[in-house]
Amino acid sequence: MNSNIKRRLYFFLVSLVVVLIVGQFVFKSLKKNTIYFFSPSDLYNSTEIPNGLIRIGGMVKNDSIKKSGNQYKFIITDKQNEISVNYSGIKPNLFVEGQGAVVEGKLTSRTSLTASKILAKHDENYMPKEVADALKKSGDWKKKYGK
Amino acid sequence: MFNFLNSKNFRDFHDHYLYWVKISFLSLLIFGLIIALFISPADYLQGDTVRIMYVHVPASWLALQIYAVMSVCGFVTLIFKTRVFTIIAKSVAPIGFTFSLISLFTGSIWGQPTWGTFWTWDARLTSMLILVIFYVIYIMTWRVVSKFYLAEKLTSIISLIGLANLPIIKFSVDWWNTLHQPATIKLTESSTIHPSMLTPLVLMFLSFLAFSVIVFLIRFKFESLKMKIKKNK
Repeated sequence: MNSNIKRRLYFFLVSLVVVLIVGQFVFKSLKKNTIYFFSPSDLYNSTEIPNGLIRIGGMVKNDSIKKSGNQYKFIITDKQNEISVNYSGIKPNLFVEGQGAVVEGKLTSRTSLTASKILAKHDENYMPKEVADALKKSGDWKKKYGK
Repeated sequence: MFNFLNSKNFRDFHDHYLYWVKISFLSLLIFGLIIALFISPADYLQGDTVRIMYVHVPASWLALQIYAVMSVCGFVTLIFKTRVFTIIAKSVAPIGFTFSLISLFTGSIWGQPTWGTFWTWDARLTSMLILVIFYVIYIMTWRVVSKFYLAEKLTSIISLIGLANLPIIKFSVDWWNTLHQPATIKLTESSTIHPSMLTPLVLMFLSFLAFSVIVFLIRFKFESLKMKIKKNK
C-alpha cells in the first residue's frame, strides 16, 4: 500500500472512532427521550402523573370493549398493570380484543385515560385465516402467541 | 487494486447480458404479481391489505441495501481513489431513492386501514424519512457541485454519514417502542410468516433486484462514457 492510502486510512479510522464515541452518547440520550408510547406499568411506576397528551400502548384486554354508539370503553393491559380508556370516534379495523393498540389522549387518573385517537398495532405474524383457525383449534395458538 | 472492476467490464456486461436481465425481471415480476395478488391467501387479521406488503417490504429492503452499497463505494472512493466506485454509487443512487419513496408511500396506504393513520412520528417511520432526505442530499450534491473532484469527495462523505442511519432503521423496532411491527423475516430465528406468503415476497424481491440491475447497468454505461468523453476533450 502506498503511503497516501495509508494516511487516508488512518484518518478514516480515527474519525470512525470519534464518531462511534460521540454516537454512543447521542444514542443513549435518544433512547431515553424517543419513546413513542408508554406501557401501563411505566405509568404505574412513575412518580408523577404526566399532564398533556400522552400515548399508552399495550394489549386490548379480552372481553373489555364496551360499545354504545360511537363511544368505546376498553382496557389496555401489559399483563401486569391496566389502564381503562374512554374514546369516542371511529376505530381502526384492526382494533380488536387480544391485539395490540396505542391510545393517545389525556390522563384523568393514574389508571384511566380519555383518548382522542386510537391506533391499532399490528404484530409481525402473517398467516392465512385457515392456518390461524387451525392453530386456535389445536391449542397451539396460546403456546406460540400467548393470546 | 480492483483491476477486475474495470468500467469496461460493466459496459460489456450491459451490451451482452442486459437482454437476459430484462427477461428475468419481466418473468419474475409477472409470476410474483400473479402469486401475490391472486394465488396467495389473505391474512387472518388484515385481509387483502396484506398484499401491499409484497411491494412495501422488497422496496424497503432494497432502499437500505442500495444505500449500504453507496456507502461502501464512498469508503473505497475516499481511501483508494478508485474512480469506478464513484460511478457505481452515482448510478445506483436514484434507484435507492425511488425505492425509499415507494416504501414510504405504500407504507402510508397500508397504515391508514391497518393502524388508523397515514403517518406517525415513530422511530421506524422517522428514520426511514431521514434515509429519503440523505438520498436527496446525495443526488442534489452531484447536481449542484460542478467540480467533479469536489462532488466526488462530498458525496462519498455524505454516503458515509448516512450509513449510521441504516442500523437505526433496521433496529428501531427493537430498540424503541414503535407503532411499526418488528421484523418478520429474521436472519437468526425462524420467520413468523406462512410459507404461502413468503414465496410471493421472495419473488417480488428478486424482480425488484433484477430491475435495479437493469437501471444500474444502463446508468453506469451512460455515466462512465460521459466521463470518458470529458477526459478525451
